[in-house]
Amino acid sequence: MNDSNASPEELLRRFQARIDAEQRIEPKDWMPEAYRRTLVRQISQHAHSEVIGMQPEGNWILRAPSLRRKAVLLAKVQDEGGHGLYLYSATETLGVSREELVEALHEGRAKYASIFNYPTLTWADIGAIGWLVDGAAIVNQISLQRTSYGPYARGMVRICKEESFHQRQGYEVILTLARGSAEQKAMAQDALDRWWWPSLMMFGPHDAESAHSAQSMTWKIKRQSNDELRQKFVDQTVPQAEFAGLVIPDPQLLWNAERGHYDFGPIDWEEFNRVVAGNGMCNRDRIAHHRRAHEEGEWVREAVRAHEERKRERAAQDAA
Amino acid sequence: MVPGQHMPLFEVFIRSRRGLDHKHVGSLHAETHQQALEYARDCYTRRSEGVSIWVVRSGDIVASQEEDAGEFFDPMDDKPYRHATHYRLPPEVDNM
Ligand SMILES: [Fe+2]
Ligand SMILES: [Fe+2]
Repeated sequence: MNDSNASPEELLRRFQARIDAEQRIEPKDWMPEAYRRTLVRQISQHAHSEVIGMQPEGNWILRAPSLRRKAVLLAKVQDEGGHGLYLYSATETLGVSREELVEALHEGRAKYASIFNYPTLTWADIGAIGWLVDGAAIVNQISLQRTSYGPYARGMVRICKEESFHQRQGYEVILTLARGSAEQKAMAQDALDRWWWPSLMMFGPHDAESAHSAQSMTWKIKRQSNDELRQKFVDQTVPQAEFAGLVIPDPQLLWNAERGHYDFGPIDWEEFNRVVAGNGMCNRDRIAHHRRAHEEGEWVREAVRAHEERKRERAAQDAA
Repeated sequence: MVPGQHMPLFEVFIRSRRGLDHKHVGSLHAETHQQALEYARDCYTRRSEGVSIWVVRSGDIVASQEEDAGEFFDPMDDKPYRHATHYRLPPEVDNM
């Protein structure tokens, strides 16, 4: 069973057999180069999304309407930074460095969830993000807890434990507004109107048009298709909107008793492609801000290095 | 090596099953990393407790002290809003 003298066909056979048997692939296992590349692309894209996603919410930390809301939002945004870290570390087990990953993001070679290219115009948007965007992310992440790559799967388990609070605090914000004054209710509705369709787009293209899906399903990197996950999200979210007395902006949305699911209207893929291609409202800002934050942090890294250097010198002097 | 002096200490981590994290199980003395791996195999996996072993020199582990836990973890205690249960939702939508 030694990998080193097996033929490539034999290695591939063992690899797929392991996946078919629902076992995880671990960093030091043999894996096809395309599997590794797909994982690097997908996990780093996921990591970038966590980190870039801090920006639209960070925009409201100082303007949150109460001390409690500020503290909650701050804690949530801090969690997202942590999620980015878990996922970057999982990517690093595949032999890529953090520097390479961040460079790919800055140069536009790596993508992140395009929903974060929409602006947060009102406080209600913070509620809508927690409720819908985290809600959609959770549906996807629960499914990925069973992804075939061990470090990714374990990262997802850790992340899912933290996500539930994100969605609940968002829904609480929305529910509070929806039960407030007419003006506040209108804010909540307006936020739902703007965030609903981009949230559905988070699950990616329809299965028939999804470029990487079939291979990723065979490798069990993906466990459920984009359309299955999207349907799940719609089914669980519609009753939550109804409960809050809000209307989902889709005239074709209708319970289909035969299917046991909600039917919903067509997604505007032209808009999706425009935003993915870099022409959303905030694409340039998001990357510029990320670059600036990294550059402006240079003095901190420099100070840390200088401080350690001085400590070492002093220790050497004391020893002499 | 001074007679009677022990070999360096290593900490042993074992992954009991594919897909799980490595977990600390104990420590042992060995001269090299390779030797530590073999000793760990003989010592900690005699009943197929593991599919993978990590060994790390004990001296390379930096640990916080439990006596300092109060101060060290202090910032975590006063943030109940980090927990999902902090948000009371009506029963109709409480399944999120
Ligand atoms: Fe997250
Ligand atoms: Fe989140």
